[in-house]
Amino acid sequence: MVFSKKPLRFIIATLVAFLPLVSSANPTVDSTQVSAETTHAVETTHGESAEPKDVKTEIKEFIDHHLKDSYDFNIFGYKDEAGKQHHVGFPLPVILIDNGLQVFSSSKFHNDHEVAEVNGTFYKLHHGKIYKVDSAQGEVTMDEHHHATNEKPLDFSITKNVFMIFVVALIMFLLFKSLAKSYVKNGGIASGVGRIFEPIVLYVRDEIAIPNIGEKHYKRYMSYLLTIFFFIWFLNIFGLTPLGINVTGNIAVTACLALITYLITTFTAKKDYWGHIFWMPGVPVPMKFILAPIELLGTIIKPFSLMIRLYANIVAGHIVLMSLIGLMFVFKNWIGSSLSFFLSFAISLIEILVALLQAYIFTMLSALYFGSAVEEHHHDEAHH
Amino acid sequence: MEKLINDFSLGLFFWQFLIFVGLIFLLKKFAWKPILDAVNEREEGIRNALLSAENAKKEMQNLKSDNEKLLAEARLERDTMMKEAREIKEKMINDAKAEAQTAGQKMIEQAKASIESEKNAALAELKAQVSTLSLDIAEKLLKDELSNKEAQTKLVEKMLGDVKLN
Repeated sequence: MVFSKKPLRFIIATLVAFLPLVSSANPTVDSTQVSAETTHAVETTHGESAEPKDVKTEIKEFIDHHLKDSYDFNIFGYKDEAGKQHHVGFPLPVILIDNGLQVFSSSKFHNDHEVAEVNGTFYKLHHGKIYKVDSAQGEVTMDEHHHATNEKPLDFSITKNVFMIFVVALIMFLLFKSLAKSYVKNGGIASGVGRIFEPIVLYVRDEIAIPNIGEKHYKRYMSYLLTIFFFIWFLNIFGLTPLGINVTGNIAVTACLALITYLITTFTAKKDYWGHIFWMPGVPVPMKFILAPIELLGTIIKPFSLMIRLYANIVAGHIVLMSLIGLMFVFKNWIGSSLSFFLSFAISLIEILVALLQAYIFTMLSALYFGSAVEEHHHDEAHH
Repeated sequence: MEKLINDFSLGLFFWQFLIFVGLIFLLKKFAWKPILDAVNEREEGIRNALLSAENAKKEMQNLKSDNEKLLAEARLERDTMMKEAREIKEKMINDAKAEAQTAGQKMIEQAKASIESEKNAALAELKAQVSTLSLDIAEKLLKDELSNKEAQTKLVEKMLGDVKLN
Protein backbone atom coordinates (compact mmCIF):
# COMPACT_ATOMS: atom_id res chain seq x y z
CA MET A 1 0.00 0.00 0.00
CA VAL A 2 1.21 3.42 -0.83
CA PHE A 3 -0.51 4.92 2.19
CA SER A 4 1.46 2.98 4.74
CA LYS A 5 4.68 4.53 3.52
CA LYS A 6 3.58 8.01 4.42
CA PRO A 7 2.13 7.69 7.88
CA LEU A 8 2.69 11.30 8.85
CA ARG A 9 0.77 12.61 5.91
CA PHE A 10 -2.06 10.29 6.69
CA ILE A 11 -2.15 11.11 10.35
CA ILE A 12 -2.76 14.66 9.23
CA ALA A 13 -5.28 13.36 6.74
CA THR A 14 -7.17 11.52 9.49
CA LEU A 15 -7.16 14.56 11.69
CA VAL A 16 -8.70 16.43 8.82
CA ALA A 17 -11.09 13.56 8.31
CA PHE A 18 -12.08 13.65 11.95
CA LEU A 19 -13.04 17.29 11.93
CA PRO A 20 -16.28 17.02 9.95
CA LEU A 21 -17.18 13.78 11.66
CA VAL A 22 -17.43 15.36 15.06
CA SER A 23 -19.48 18.27 13.85
CA SER A 24 -22.08 16.31 11.91
CA ALA A 25 -23.73 12.91 11.86
CA ASN A 26 -21.70 10.03 10.69
CA PRO A 27 -23.88 8.65 7.92
CA THR A 28 -22.53 5.14 8.16
CA VAL A 29 -24.10 4.87 11.59
CA ASP A 30 -27.75 5.34 11.12
CA SER A 31 -29.36 7.69 13.59
CA THR A 32 -32.21 5.33 14.39
CA GLN A 33 -29.79 2.57 15.23
CA VAL A 34 -28.02 4.87 17.62
CA SER A 35 -31.25 5.79 19.33
CA ALA A 36 -32.08 2.15 19.68
CA GLU A 37 -28.78 1.32 21.24
CA THR A 38 -27.64 4.37 23.15
CA THR A 39 -30.28 5.95 25.31
CA HIS A 40 -28.39 9.17 25.75
CA ALA A 41 -28.24 9.79 22.01
CA VAL A 42 -30.39 12.57 20.76
CA GLU A 43 -33.62 11.20 19.34
CA THR A 44 -33.94 11.91 15.66
CA THR A 45 -36.48 10.84 13.13
CA HIS A 46 -35.40 8.77 10.21
CA GLY A 47 -34.68 10.49 6.93
CA GLU A 48 -34.56 14.00 8.36
CA SER A 49 -31.33 15.91 8.77
CA ALA A 50 -29.81 14.91 12.08
CA GLU A 51 -29.62 17.39 14.90
CA PRO A 52 -26.09 18.07 16.17
CA LYS A 53 -25.12 15.34 18.57
CA ASP A 54 -23.07 15.40 21.68
CA VAL A 55 -19.33 15.24 20.76
CA LYS A 56 -18.69 12.42 23.21
CA THR A 57 -21.45 10.32 21.69
CA GLU A 58 -20.09 11.08 18.25
CA ILE A 59 -16.67 9.83 19.27
CA LYS A 60 -18.08 6.72 20.90
CA GLU A 61 -20.07 5.93 17.76
CA PHE A 62 -17.07 6.54 15.59
CA ILE A 63 -14.94 4.19 17.65
CA ASP A 64 -17.67 1.56 17.69
CA HIS A 65 -17.99 1.90 13.97
CA HIS A 66 -14.25 1.66 13.47
CA LEU A 67 -13.95 -1.53 15.51
CA LYS A 68 -16.59 -3.21 13.36
CA ASP A 69 -16.09 -4.64 9.95
CA SER A 70 -17.70 -2.74 7.10
CA TYR A 71 -18.94 -3.50 3.63
CA ASP A 72 -17.06 -0.72 1.91
CA PHE A 73 -13.53 0.59 2.13
CA ASN A 74 -13.83 4.07 3.55
CA ILE A 75 -10.56 5.98 3.70
CA PHE A 76 -11.85 9.31 4.98
CA GLY A 77 -14.89 11.51 4.86
CA TYR A 78 -15.36 15.25 4.74
CA LYS A 79 -18.12 17.76 4.53
CA ASP A 80 -18.40 20.26 1.70
CA GLU A 81 -19.59 23.87 2.02
CA ALA A 82 -23.19 22.85 1.52
CA GLY A 83 -22.92 20.59 4.52
CA LYS A 84 -23.10 17.46 2.47
CA GLN A 85 -21.09 14.49 3.69
CA HIS A 86 -18.59 12.99 1.23
CA HIS A 87 -16.75 9.73 1.64
CA VAL A 88 -13.53 8.88 -0.08
CA GLY A 89 -13.24 5.16 -0.57
CA PHE A 90 -14.60 2.38 -2.67
CA PRO A 91 -17.41 -0.16 -2.36
CA LEU A 92 -16.68 -3.86 -1.99
CA PRO A 93 -18.68 -6.82 -3.27
CA VAL A 94 -21.38 -8.25 -1.04
CA ILE A 95 -21.84 -12.00 -1.39
CA LEU A 96 -24.92 -13.53 0.24
CA ILE A 97 -26.21 -17.06 0.17
CA ASP A 98 -29.96 -16.63 0.20
CA ASN A 99 -31.90 -18.67 -2.34
CA GLY A 100 -28.74 -19.07 -4.33
CA LEU A 101 -25.77 -16.79 -4.59
CA GLN A 102 -26.47 -13.04 -4.42
CA VAL A 103 -23.56 -10.85 -5.44
CA PHE A 104 -23.88 -7.07 -5.53
CA SER A 105 -21.85 -3.99 -4.77
CA SER A 106 -22.02 -2.51 -1.28
CA SER A 107 -22.67 0.88 -2.89
CA LYS A 108 -26.29 -0.29 -3.21
CA PHE A 109 -26.69 0.25 0.51
CA HIS A 110 -25.86 3.92 0.30
CA ASN A 111 -29.30 5.35 -0.09
CA ASP A 112 -31.52 6.99 2.46
CA HIS A 113 -32.71 3.75 3.97
CA GLU A 114 -29.55 1.70 3.55
CA VAL A 115 -31.71 -0.92 1.91
CA ALA A 116 -30.46 -2.76 -1.16
CA GLU A 117 -32.82 -4.47 -3.55
CA VAL A 118 -31.37 -7.50 -5.28
CA ASN A 119 -33.49 -9.79 -7.48
CA GLY A 120 -36.62 -8.75 -5.65
CA THR A 121 -35.22 -9.32 -2.18
CA PHE A 122 -34.51 -6.41 0.17
CA TYR A 123 -31.49 -6.34 2.42
CA LYS A 124 -30.83 -3.78 5.09
CA LEU A 125 -27.58 -2.84 6.71
CA HIS A 126 -28.05 -2.63 10.45
CA HIS A 127 -25.20 -2.31 12.95
CA GLY A 128 -22.74 -3.57 10.38
CA LYS A 129 -24.77 -6.68 9.64
CA ILE A 130 -27.07 -7.49 6.75
CA TYR A 131 -30.71 -8.38 7.52
CA LYS A 132 -33.52 -9.33 5.23
CA VAL A 133 -36.40 -6.85 5.18
CA ASP A 134 -39.68 -7.04 3.33
CA SER A 135 -39.71 -3.72 1.46
CA ALA A 136 -37.57 -0.75 0.45
CA GLN A 137 -38.82 1.10 3.53
CA GLY A 138 -38.52 -2.00 5.70
CA GLU A 139 -37.09 -1.67 9.18
CA VAL A 140 -35.19 -4.13 11.30
CA THR A 141 -37.50 -5.03 14.15
CA MET A 142 -36.14 -5.44 17.62
CA ASP A 143 -37.18 -7.60 20.52
CA GLU A 144 -37.03 -6.37 24.12
CA HIS A 145 -33.30 -7.19 24.37
CA HIS A 146 -32.51 -5.04 21.33
CA HIS A 147 -31.84 -8.11 19.27
CA ALA A 148 -32.86 -8.02 15.66
CA THR A 149 -35.60 -10.51 14.87
CA ASN A 150 -35.19 -10.31 11.11
CA GLU A 151 -33.75 -13.17 9.15
CA LYS A 152 -30.01 -12.98 8.47
CA PRO A 153 -28.80 -14.40 5.18
CA LEU A 154 -25.50 -16.33 5.11
CA ASP A 155 -22.95 -13.62 4.52
CA PHE A 156 -19.72 -14.32 2.64
CA SER A 157 -19.10 -10.75 1.56
CA ILE A 158 -15.70 -9.40 0.71
CA THR A 159 -15.75 -6.91 3.55
CA LYS A 160 -13.12 -4.35 4.40
CA ASN A 161 -11.36 -6.87 6.64
CA VAL A 162 -11.45 -9.61 4.02
CA PHE A 163 -10.10 -7.10 1.54
CA MET A 164 -7.26 -6.20 3.89
CA ILE A 165 -6.49 -9.87 4.53
CA PHE A 166 -6.21 -10.24 0.76
CA VAL A 167 -3.95 -7.22 0.53
CA VAL A 168 -1.67 -8.40 3.34
CA ALA A 169 -1.57 -11.91 1.91
CA LEU A 170 -0.57 -10.44 -1.44
CA ILE A 171 2.08 -8.19 0.11
CA MET A 172 3.51 -11.10 2.07
CA PHE A 173 3.52 -13.35 -0.94
CA LEU A 174 5.30 -10.82 -3.16
CA LEU A 175 7.69 -9.73 -0.42
CA PHE A 176 8.88 -13.15 0.64
CA LYS A 177 8.88 -14.49 -2.88
CA SER A 178 11.25 -11.70 -3.86
CA LEU A 179 13.37 -12.48 -0.82
CA ALA A 180 13.49 -16.15 -1.81
CA LYS A 181 14.41 -15.18 -5.36
CA SER A 182 17.15 -12.81 -4.25
CA TYR A 183 18.99 -15.72 -2.62
CA VAL A 184 19.21 -17.49 -5.93
CA LYS A 185 20.17 -14.36 -7.82
CA ASN A 186 22.68 -13.07 -5.31
CA GLY A 187 24.51 -16.27 -4.47
CA GLY A 188 22.99 -17.03 -1.09
CA ILE A 189 22.88 -13.47 0.21
CA ALA A 190 19.59 -11.65 0.48
CA SER A 191 19.12 -8.38 -1.35
CA GLY A 192 16.40 -5.87 -1.83
CA VAL A 193 13.53 -5.03 0.47
CA GLY A 194 13.14 -8.58 1.77
CA ARG A 195 16.56 -8.30 3.31
CA ILE A 196 15.08 -6.41 6.27
CA PHE A 197 12.94 -9.42 7.06
CA GLU A 198 15.68 -12.02 6.83
CA PRO A 199 16.91 -11.44 10.40
CA ILE A 200 13.32 -11.71 11.59
CA VAL A 201 12.86 -14.99 9.73
CA LEU A 202 16.04 -16.22 11.38
CA TYR A 203 14.84 -14.94 14.75
CA VAL A 204 11.61 -16.90 14.42
CA ARG A 205 13.61 -19.98 13.57
CA ASP A 206 16.37 -19.64 16.17
CA GLU A 207 14.54 -18.04 19.08
CA ILE A 208 10.96 -19.21 18.70
CA ALA A 209 10.85 -22.49 16.79
CA ILE A 210 14.02 -24.31 17.79
CA PRO A 211 13.97 -23.63 21.58
CA ASN A 212 10.27 -24.47 21.91
CA ILE A 213 9.84 -27.33 19.46
CA GLY A 214 13.34 -28.76 19.33
CA GLU A 215 15.87 -29.37 16.57
CA LYS A 216 14.23 -32.59 15.55
CA HIS A 217 10.72 -31.47 14.71
CA TYR A 218 10.83 -27.72 14.21
CA LYS A 219 11.08 -27.81 10.42
CA ARG A 220 7.52 -29.09 10.04
CA TYR A 221 6.09 -26.05 11.80
CA MET A 222 8.31 -23.34 10.32
CA SER A 223 5.96 -22.44 7.47
CA TYR A 224 3.04 -21.94 9.80
CA LEU A 225 5.02 -20.03 12.44
CA LEU A 226 6.59 -17.68 9.92
CA THR A 227 3.31 -17.09 8.11
CA ILE A 228 1.36 -16.41 11.29
CA PHE A 229 4.05 -14.15 12.69
CA PHE A 230 4.26 -11.89 9.66
CA PHE A 231 0.53 -12.07 9.03
CA ILE A 232 -0.37 -10.85 12.51
CA TRP A 233 2.43 -8.31 12.58
CA PHE A 234 1.58 -6.79 9.22
CA LEU A 235 -2.12 -6.65 10.00
CA ASN A 236 -1.43 -5.07 13.40
CA ILE A 237 0.74 -2.45 11.74
CA PHE A 238 -1.90 -1.80 9.08
CA GLY A 239 -4.36 -1.37 11.92
CA LEU A 240 -2.27 1.52 13.21
CA THR A 241 -2.26 3.37 9.90
CA PRO A 242 -4.99 5.92 9.36
CA LEU A 243 -6.61 3.51 6.91
CA GLY A 244 -8.69 2.59 9.90
CA ILE A 245 -8.76 -1.14 9.62
CA ASN A 246 -9.10 -3.50 12.53
CA VAL A 247 -8.51 -7.01 11.26
CA THR A 248 -6.60 -8.60 14.13
CA GLY A 249 -8.99 -6.91 16.55
CA ASN A 250 -11.78 -9.00 15.09
CA ILE A 251 -12.84 -12.09 16.97
CA ALA A 252 -13.50 -14.12 13.81
CA VAL A 253 -9.94 -13.57 12.59
CA THR A 254 -8.25 -14.42 15.89
CA ALA A 255 -10.59 -17.37 16.34
CA CYS A 256 -9.55 -18.66 12.94
CA LEU A 257 -5.84 -18.30 13.74
CA ALA A 258 -6.28 -19.95 17.13
CA LEU A 259 -8.30 -22.75 15.55
CA ILE A 260 -5.54 -23.47 13.06
CA THR A 261 -3.01 -23.60 15.89
CA TYR A 262 -5.32 -25.98 17.75
CA LEU A 263 -5.80 -28.18 14.70
CA ILE A 264 -2.09 -28.37 13.98
CA THR A 265 -1.33 -29.16 17.63
CA THR A 266 -3.98 -31.87 17.71
CA PHE A 267 -3.15 -33.52 14.43
CA THR A 268 0.61 -33.54 14.78
CA ALA A 269 0.59 -34.61 18.43
CA LYS A 270 2.54 -37.71 19.33
CA LYS A 271 1.57 -40.57 21.64
CA ASP A 272 3.21 -38.91 24.64
CA TYR A 273 0.98 -35.85 24.31
CA TRP A 274 -2.21 -37.87 24.53
CA GLY A 275 -0.67 -40.02 27.22
CA HIS A 276 -0.13 -36.95 29.32
CA ILE A 277 -3.68 -35.81 28.83
CA PHE A 278 -5.63 -39.01 29.47
CA TRP A 279 -3.28 -40.96 31.71
CA MET A 280 -0.90 -38.60 33.44
CA PRO A 281 2.20 -40.52 34.39
CA GLY A 282 3.76 -40.20 37.81
CA VAL A 283 0.58 -39.50 39.81
CA PRO A 284 -1.67 -41.87 41.80
CA VAL A 285 -4.42 -43.60 39.85
CA PRO A 286 -7.38 -41.62 41.29
CA MET A 287 -5.59 -38.41 40.37
CA LYS A 288 -5.27 -39.60 36.82
CA PHE A 289 -9.07 -39.65 36.54
CA ILE A 290 -9.30 -36.13 37.94
CA LEU A 291 -6.52 -34.76 35.79
CA ALA A 292 -7.77 -36.17 32.48
CA PRO A 293 -10.75 -33.80 32.04
CA ILE A 294 -8.69 -30.86 33.31
CA GLU A 295 -5.92 -31.57 30.84
CA LEU A 296 -8.41 -32.10 28.05
CA LEU A 297 -10.05 -28.79 28.84
CA GLY A 298 -6.58 -27.24 28.93
CA THR A 299 -5.99 -28.15 25.30
CA ILE A 300 -9.02 -26.03 24.38
CA ILE A 301 -8.29 -23.22 26.81
CA LYS A 302 -4.83 -22.75 25.35
CA PRO A 303 -5.95 -21.74 21.84
CA PHE A 304 -8.91 -19.92 23.36
CA SER A 305 -6.53 -17.74 25.35
CA LEU A 306 -4.58 -17.12 22.14
CA MET A 307 -7.74 -15.92 20.48
CA ILE A 308 -8.82 -13.63 23.32
CA ARG A 309 -5.33 -12.26 23.98
CA LEU A 310 -4.76 -11.02 20.45
CA TYR A 311 -8.31 -9.75 20.06
CA ALA A 312 -8.37 -7.92 23.39
CA ASN A 313 -4.95 -6.36 23.00
CA ILE A 314 -5.64 -4.97 19.58
CA VAL A 315 -9.15 -3.79 20.38
CA ALA A 316 -7.97 -2.15 23.59
CA GLY A 317 -5.15 -0.42 21.74
CA HIS A 318 -7.50 0.89 19.09
CA ILE A 319 -10.04 2.10 21.63
CA VAL A 320 -7.44 3.89 23.74
CA LEU A 321 -5.78 5.46 20.73
CA MET A 322 -9.01 6.61 19.15
CA SER A 323 -10.38 7.89 22.46
CA LEU A 324 -7.27 9.98 22.93
CA ILE A 325 -7.56 11.35 19.42
CA GLY A 326 -11.23 12.01 20.12
CA LEU A 327 -10.32 13.88 23.30
CA MET A 328 -8.72 16.55 21.15
CA PHE A 329 -12.15 17.46 19.87
CA VAL A 330 -13.71 17.24 23.30
CA PHE A 331 -11.23 19.69 24.80
CA LYS A 332 -11.09 22.04 21.84
CA ASN A 333 -8.48 24.22 23.47
CA TRP A 334 -4.74 24.57 23.06
CA ILE A 335 -3.70 22.98 26.34
CA GLY A 336 -6.03 20.00 26.50
CA SER A 337 -5.96 19.17 22.82
CA SER A 338 -2.21 19.38 22.46
CA LEU A 339 -1.82 17.30 25.62
CA SER A 340 -4.04 14.60 24.21
CA PHE A 341 -2.17 14.86 20.93
CA PHE A 342 1.11 14.06 22.62
CA LEU A 343 -0.54 11.39 24.70
CA SER A 344 -1.98 9.73 21.61
CA PHE A 345 1.40 10.07 19.93
CA ALA A 346 3.06 8.26 22.82
CA ILE A 347 0.35 5.59 22.81
CA SER A 348 0.87 5.18 19.06
CA LEU A 349 4.52 4.40 19.68
CA ILE A 350 3.56 1.87 22.33
CA GLU A 351 1.00 0.38 19.96
CA ILE A 352 3.72 -0.16 17.35
CA LEU A 353 5.57 -2.16 19.98
CA VAL A 354 2.38 -4.00 20.94
CA ALA A 355 1.79 -4.84 17.28
CA LEU A 356 5.11 -6.66 17.17
CA LEU A 357 4.78 -8.07 20.67
CA GLN A 358 1.39 -9.63 20.05
CA ALA A 359 2.62 -11.22 16.83
CA TYR A 360 5.59 -12.54 18.78
CA ILE A 361 3.47 -13.86 21.64
CA PHE A 362 1.02 -15.59 19.34
CA THR A 363 3.85 -17.24 17.42
CA MET A 364 5.77 -18.07 20.56
CA LEU A 365 2.81 -19.71 22.29
CA SER A 366 1.83 -21.58 19.15
CA ALA A 367 5.38 -22.91 19.00
CA LEU A 368 5.15 -23.84 22.67
CA TYR A 369 1.97 -25.83 22.08
CA PHE A 370 3.50 -27.55 19.06
CA GLY A 371 6.52 -28.29 21.19
CA SER A 372 4.40 -29.98 23.83
CA ALA A 373 2.63 -31.96 21.12
CA VAL A 374 5.82 -33.48 19.74
CA GLU A 375 7.78 -33.64 22.98
CA GLU A 376 9.11 -37.06 23.89
CA HIS A 377 9.38 -37.88 27.56
CA HIS A 378 11.92 -40.47 28.49
CA HIS A 379 11.80 -40.01 32.24
CA ASP A 380 8.21 -40.02 33.35
CA GLU A 381 9.02 -39.63 37.02
CA ALA A 382 10.85 -36.41 36.26
CA HIS A 383 7.76 -34.89 34.74
CA HIS A 384 5.71 -32.28 36.63
CA MET B 1 -19.19 -12.89 25.86
CA GLU B 2 -22.53 -12.30 24.18
CA LYS B 3 -21.05 -9.30 22.41
CA LEU B 4 -18.14 -11.43 21.22
CA ILE B 5 -20.46 -14.06 19.79
CA ASN B 6 -22.57 -11.35 18.22
CA ASP B 7 -19.44 -9.84 16.68
CA PHE B 8 -18.39 -13.17 15.25
CA SER B 9 -18.81 -13.07 11.52
CA LEU B 10 -18.94 -16.41 9.78
CA GLY B 11 -18.13 -14.86 6.41
CA LEU B 12 -14.99 -13.22 7.72
CA PHE B 13 -14.02 -16.45 9.45
CA PHE B 14 -14.51 -18.36 6.23
CA TRP B 15 -12.46 -15.96 4.12
CA GLN B 16 -9.79 -15.65 6.76
CA PHE B 17 -9.45 -19.44 6.96
CA LEU B 18 -9.38 -19.81 3.20
CA ILE B 19 -6.88 -17.03 2.57
CA PHE B 20 -4.68 -17.89 5.50
CA VAL B 21 -4.41 -21.58 4.75
CA GLY B 22 -3.83 -20.76 1.10
CA LEU B 23 -1.18 -18.27 2.11
CA ILE B 24 0.60 -20.82 4.30
CA PHE B 25 0.86 -23.30 1.44
CA LEU B 26 1.78 -20.70 -1.16
CA LEU B 27 4.44 -19.16 1.02
CA LYS B 28 5.71 -22.59 2.00
CA LYS B 29 6.25 -23.48 -1.62
CA PHE B 30 7.47 -20.15 -2.97
CA ALA B 31 9.06 -18.43 0.00
CA TRP B 32 9.74 -20.22 3.26
CA LYS B 33 11.25 -23.36 1.82
CA PRO B 34 13.63 -21.59 -0.57
CA ILE B 35 14.48 -18.97 2.06
CA LEU B 36 15.22 -21.47 4.81
CA ASP B 37 17.06 -23.74 2.41
CA ALA B 38 19.19 -20.84 1.19
CA VAL B 39 19.88 -19.71 4.74
CA ASN B 40 20.75 -23.23 5.83
CA GLU B 41 22.99 -23.65 2.85
CA ARG B 42 24.70 -20.37 3.62
CA GLU B 43 25.16 -21.29 7.25
CA GLU B 44 26.53 -24.65 6.23
CA GLY B 45 28.90 -22.85 3.88
CA ILE B 46 30.06 -20.53 6.63
CA ARG B 47 30.52 -23.42 9.01
CA ASN B 48 32.53 -25.33 6.42
CA ALA B 49 34.63 -22.31 5.62
CA LEU B 50 35.40 -21.78 9.29
CA LEU B 51 36.21 -25.43 9.71
CA SER B 52 38.53 -25.49 6.73
CA ALA B 53 40.19 -22.30 7.94
CA GLU B 54 40.71 -23.95 11.30
CA ASN B 55 42.14 -27.01 9.58
CA ALA B 56 44.43 -24.88 7.46
CA LYS B 57 45.58 -23.14 10.60
CA LYS B 58 46.26 -26.45 12.26
CA GLU B 59 48.11 -27.67 9.20
CA MET B 60 50.18 -24.52 9.21
CA GLN B 61 50.95 -25.10 12.85
CA ASN B 62 51.95 -28.66 12.08
CA LEU B 63 54.13 -27.52 9.23
CA LYS B 64 55.69 -24.92 11.44
CA SER B 65 56.43 -27.40 14.18
CA ASP B 66 57.76 -29.80 11.55
CA ASN B 67 60.00 -27.09 10.29
CA GLU B 68 61.17 -26.36 13.76
CA LYS B 69 61.88 -30.00 14.32
CA LEU B 70 63.79 -30.22 11.09
CA LEU B 71 65.70 -27.12 11.98
CA ALA B 72 66.54 -28.49 15.39
CA GLU B 73 67.67 -31.72 13.83
CA ALA B 74 69.77 -29.87 11.34
CA ARG B 75 71.26 -27.82 14.10
CA LEU B 76 72.03 -30.93 16.07
CA GLU B 77 73.58 -32.55 13.05
CA ARG B 78 75.62 -29.48 12.37
CA ASP B 79 76.76 -29.44 15.95
CA THR B 80 77.83 -33.07 15.87
CA MET B 81 79.48 -32.53 12.56
CA MET B 82 81.35 -29.56 13.87
CA LYS B 83 82.31 -31.47 16.94
CA GLU B 84 83.55 -34.33 14.85
CA ALA B 85 85.41 -31.95 12.61
CA ARG B 86 86.98 -30.34 15.60
CA GLU B 87 87.99 -33.71 16.92
CA ILE B 88 89.40 -34.70 13.59
CA LYS B 89 91.24 -31.45 13.39
CA GLU B 90 92.63 -31.93 16.85
CA LYS B 91 93.65 -35.43 16.03
CA MET B 92 95.22 -34.38 12.79
CA ILE B 93 97.14 -31.65 14.51
CA ASN B 94 98.25 -34.04 17.17
CA ASP B 95 99.19 -36.64 14.62
CA ALA B 96 101.00 -34.06 12.58
CA LYS B 97 102.79 -32.85 15.64
CA ALA B 98 103.80 -36.33 16.62
CA GLU B 99 104.88 -37.10 13.15
CA ALA B 100 106.78 -33.88 12.90
CA GLN B 101 108.43 -34.62 16.17
CA THR B 102 109.47 -38.08 15.10
CA ALA B 103 110.55 -36.72 11.77
CA GLY B 104 112.53 -33.98 13.45
CA GLN B 105 114.01 -36.44 15.84
CA LYS B 106 114.94 -38.61 12.98
CA MET B 107 116.43 -35.74 11.10
CA ILE B 108 118.38 -34.70 14.12
CA GLU B 109 119.57 -38.23 14.50
CA GLN B 110 120.50 -38.33 10.90
CA ALA B 111 122.16 -34.96 11.18
CA LYS B 112 124.03 -36.08 14.19
CA ALA B 113 125.06 -39.24 12.44
CA SER B 114 126.10 -37.38 9.37
CA ILE B 115 127.98 -34.85 11.45
CA GLU B 116 129.70 -37.67 13.18
CA SER B 117 130.56 -39.32 9.93
CA GLU B 118 131.61 -35.99 8.42
CA LYS B 119 133.74 -35.36 11.45
CA ASN B 120 135.26 -38.79 11.18
CA ALA B 121 135.78 -38.29 7.51
CA ALA B 122 137.33 -34.92 8.19
CA LEU B 123 139.53 -36.38 10.84
CA ALA B 124 140.53 -39.16 8.58
CA GLU B 125 141.27 -36.70 5.84
CA LEU B 126 143.12 -34.54 8.29
CA LYS B 127 145.09 -37.52 9.41
CA ALA B 128 145.82 -38.42 5.88
CA GLN B 129 146.77 -34.88 5.10
CA VAL B 130 148.92 -34.67 8.22
CA SER B 131 150.56 -37.86 7.28
CA THR B 132 151.12 -36.57 3.73
CA LEU B 133 152.31 -33.31 5.13
CA SER B 134 154.47 -35.13 7.55
CA LEU B 135 155.77 -37.23 4.75
CA ASP B 136 156.43 -34.07 2.71
CA ILE B 137 158.11 -32.45 5.62
CA ALA B 138 159.89 -35.61 6.27
CA GLU B 139 160.99 -35.77 2.67
CA LYS B 140 162.10 -32.18 2.72
CA LEU B 141 163.74 -32.69 6.03
CA LEU B 142 165.18 -35.78 4.82
CA LYS B 143 166.54 -33.96 1.86
CA ASP B 144 167.88 -31.24 4.17
CA GLU B 145 168.94 -33.58 6.84
CA LEU B 146 170.72 -35.62 4.52
CA SER B 147 172.88 -32.69 4.52
CA ASN B 148 172.53 -32.09 8.18
CA LYS B 149 171.90 -35.52 9.40
CA GLU B 150 172.11 -34.96 13.04
CA ALA B 151 169.92 -31.99 13.32
CA GLN B 152 167.42 -33.75 11.10
CA THR B 153 167.09 -36.75 13.08
CA LYS B 154 166.52 -34.74 16.15
CA LEU B 155 163.78 -32.89 14.39
CA VAL B 156 162.14 -36.03 13.14
CA GLU B 157 162.14 -37.45 16.49
CA LYS B 158 160.71 -34.36 17.94
CA MET B 159 157.99 -34.29 15.30
CA LEU B 160 157.13 -37.85 15.72
CA GLY B 161 156.89 -37.23 19.38
CA ASP B 162 154.40 -34.47 18.72
CA VAL B 163 152.43 -36.73 16.48
CA LYS B 164 152.24 -39.36 19.04
CA LEU B 165 151.05 -36.86 21.54
CA ASN B 166 148.30 -36.07 19.27
